[in-house]
Amino acid sequence: MTTEPERYELRAPASYVFESNRREFFKFLGAGVFIACAASKAGAFQESGGGRRNSEELPREIDAWLHIGEEGGITAFTGKVEVGQNIRTSLTQAVAEELKVPVNSIRLVMGDTELVPFDMGTFGSRTTPVMNLQLRRVSAAARDVLIDLAAKQWGVDRAHLTASDGQVLDPQTKRSLPYAQIVQGRQITQMLPAEDPVIPASDWKVAGQPLPKVNGRDFVTGKHRYPSDQALPGMLYGKIARPTAFNATLVSSDTQAAEQLPGVIVVRDGNFVGVAAPSSALAEQALSLIHLQWKAERQPSSAELFEYLKKNQSHEDREEGPAAKKGDVQKALASAAHKVQQTYNISYIAHAPLEPRAALAEWNGDRLTVWTGTQRPFGVRGELATAFHLPEDKVRVLMPDTGSAYGGKHTGDAAIEAARLARAAKKPVKVVWTREEEFTWAYFRPAGVVEVTGAVDTEGKITAWEFHNYNSGSAGIATYYDIPNQLIEFHPVKSPLRQGSYRGLAATANHFAREVHMDELAHASGVDPLEFRVKNLKEERLRDVFVKGGEKFGWSKPRAKNHGYGVGGGYEKLGYVATFVEVAADRGTNEVKIERVLTAFDCGAIVNPDGLRNQLIGASIMGLGGALFEAVEFEDGRILNNHFASYRVPRFRDLPPMEALLLDRKDQPSVGAGEAPIVGLAPAIANAVFDAIGVRLRGMPLGPPLVSHGYHFG
Amino acid sequence: MGSMKLVINGQAYNIDASPDAILLSVLREQLDLTGSKYGCGEGQCGACTVLVDGKARRSCQTPISALSDKSITTIEGLAKGDRLHPVQQAFLDEGAMQCAYCTSGMIMSAVSLLSFKPNPSEKEIVDYMQGNICRCGTQPRIIAAIRRAAAIERSRS
Repeated sequence: MTTEPERYELRAPASYVFESNRREFFKFLGAGVFIACAASKAGAFQESGGGRRNSEELPREIDAWLHIGEEGGITAFTGKVEVGQNIRTSLTQAVAEELKVPVNSIRLVMGDTELVPFDMGTFGSRTTPVMNLQLRRVSAAARDVLIDLAAKQWGVDRAHLTASDGQVLDPQTKRSLPYAQIVQGRQITQMLPAEDPVIPASDWKVAGQPLPKVNGRDFVTGKHRYPSDQALPGMLYGKIARPTAFNATLVSSDTQAAEQLPGVIVVRDGNFVGVAAPSSALAEQALSLIHLQWKAERQPSSAELFEYLKKNQSHEDREEGPAAKKGDVQKALASAAHKVQQTYNISYIAHAPLEPRAALAEWNGDRLTVWTGTQRPFGVRGELATAFHLPEDKVRVLMPDTGSAYGGKHTGDAAIEAARLARAAKKPVKVVWTREEEFTWAYFRPAGVVEVTGAVDTEGKITAWEFHNYNSGSAGIATYYDIPNQLIEFHPVKSPLRQGSYRGLAATANHFAREVHMDELAHASGVDPLEFRVKNLKEERLRDVFVKGGEKFGWSKPRAKNHGYGVGGGYEKLGYVATFVEVAADRGTNEVKIERVLTAFDCGAIVNPDGLRNQLIGASIMGLGGALFEAVEFEDGRILNNHFASYRVPRFRDLPPMEALLLDRKDQPSVGAGEAPIVGLAPAIANAVFDAIGVRLRGMPLGPPLVSHGYHFG
Repeated sequence: MGSMKLVINGQAYNIDASPDAILLSVLREQLDLTGSKYGCGEGQCGACTVLVDGKARRSCQTPISALSDKSITTIEGLAKGDRLHPVQQAFLDEGAMQCAYCTSGMIMSAVSLLSFKPNPSEKEIVDYMQGNICRCGTQPRIIAAIRRAAAIERSRS
């Protein structure tokens, strides 16, 4: 299966310029031991975006480094960022484990382009399989350096020495030497080859434990400063005058009244019109005084979306050939015992992170510094450099832990807007998007049409599988079922809306179509849907989550009257997932209610079971929105439901009891968990509804067809 | 513009702002109290929730003119010195956050609920918290945290 970044991940240009800031970097660190490790092949993948190289830079294979200071403080540096997935904690555990130091002595510097090694971005569930491993390697290497230094100081063989609790120990003489003392007065910089960490998951003491969020107290006291909370002396508040429709061109503008307000700056640059003022209220007032005329072409609407997607394939974007092609699908279809052909429609949805896009920009001469919420600090640095015709080493992007993203904060829109206004104002400017802007001017999870034809023989084995996805993407498009004849293809479309990454990307659409279709094939063949899946699977770990999940859920227990069971699952971002749902239909109120959800998940050796559970349940709850009611409505270049009042997201009353079954595979590498658990939920609900009332739902969200049958979700 | 006296977290402030200035902006821009968050500006998400005379109020919907002679509490004013409020402690104990951008508003709403309903049922919690959005999906933990806080408060009193 593919681990390459998917087309909608909006790749960063991987330029890597470090030299000019290096001196400052070591000044920042002070004395101590600095360790950098060459990455593994897996780590090198993170930087595979191409781009120019600076001849004096550190080797580009490095993706994490570590410093042990004279005070005993440990600072680890990574380009990964914290958006709520709790990696500040899980990566801290990795360092603590290998370096043998207390958790509270570790500080993580994340996503500051001046201080951390280049990183393509925090997406694709890559932090745990790649960065966690890399930080363990760096930490293990640092521990070895410290042991060497202690051995030299004591004049003993290093093989006798061990490390524990921030000290090197000599068990024979019972001597100990704290790390802080070892590094005292030294300035050691070492570049080491990466070696696999020596501590297997079965021996973990700190990793593998349910460590609470490392800076949790800062969040419950309101102390943590998110990007939108950042401030600088003399800072102005920026607002953007948005076009009346997508792809509109500015025809005329009248900004005079706004310019006359005291302290207000108005900027017009091409299609960009924005204001900056000493307070947000004044900025809003200025915005209301600006009169703009826009011209836009007619654009498709959500009412005609699925028809449009089928008719508007983009031949320019076409990838080379099908994702899978084997055997002879047509022949197999012709001789099948059972055959099903169906179409599944997936709507656009919005990320709606609770913290909208925000950025604070400050110019110092020709140097630009921006604090912003993004999953791609280096990518945003590149966008800023391009927008302002600057070399990248003149731009610094910092990413304070952010109020969520879900794949929605890859681009640097707010950063560019704030920087443009700040350049004109000659003062720092902060731009925080309104909720309406966030719902309109960000980008969306791609909508899609998926056409599937499957065939089964008399033994209940799938013989043919043809799968065409229009627009939503190729993530998770390959089938993990064992099928001899396959044709699987992704067809790019000229999207009517700006679209991009989202938690799980197209895997949600592809799993939905595949897993509902599996259910349809099972029913056509008269085989139990869970048994049907297991029967057609060879991959052992995937069978395990289906079988063990089914046992825990009680799949074989008889259903209560008007209740239905459904299952959906798969392999995604290196994790194995199966979600089970029970629904109840009330024939009196015509209400379908989700009674309970159980998700079985295997993501290798678990780094933090509590964080994992939080991610898994969180993904399931977020998935409820896309499954049941989220859909972006648009008409002629405008978003119609761009408020929380009209775009429904899951709330407290929407939640069924949810359970996680975590299969801890200490013999397997740890992989990410933020995305995979979202993929099984929607098909599991759809399949449970069919089981309960015989209505087949083939759209995400599931809602409308259900309503046409008189049923609705309560 | 005018001058207005506001009592926030037990401290009196003279605010230089028009009476229709919105409390959330005053807190964040003039007083550097950024714990109350902007999530929607329409009273739909609860991220900006503060207490006015002990009751939850959406600060993004509240002009300061409505607040003379009232006592305002924000997330920054909830702990007593180093000692966290039981609701704050319970959110930590239950790990009831992911990105935590909603956390201030959740905690303030929960404090308000427990002030008149010291031992709420799950349904009462769900109904009361319905106006607060958590996009990360930590609602089950937030419910658990509120129940835990209720237990802590009972044991302290």
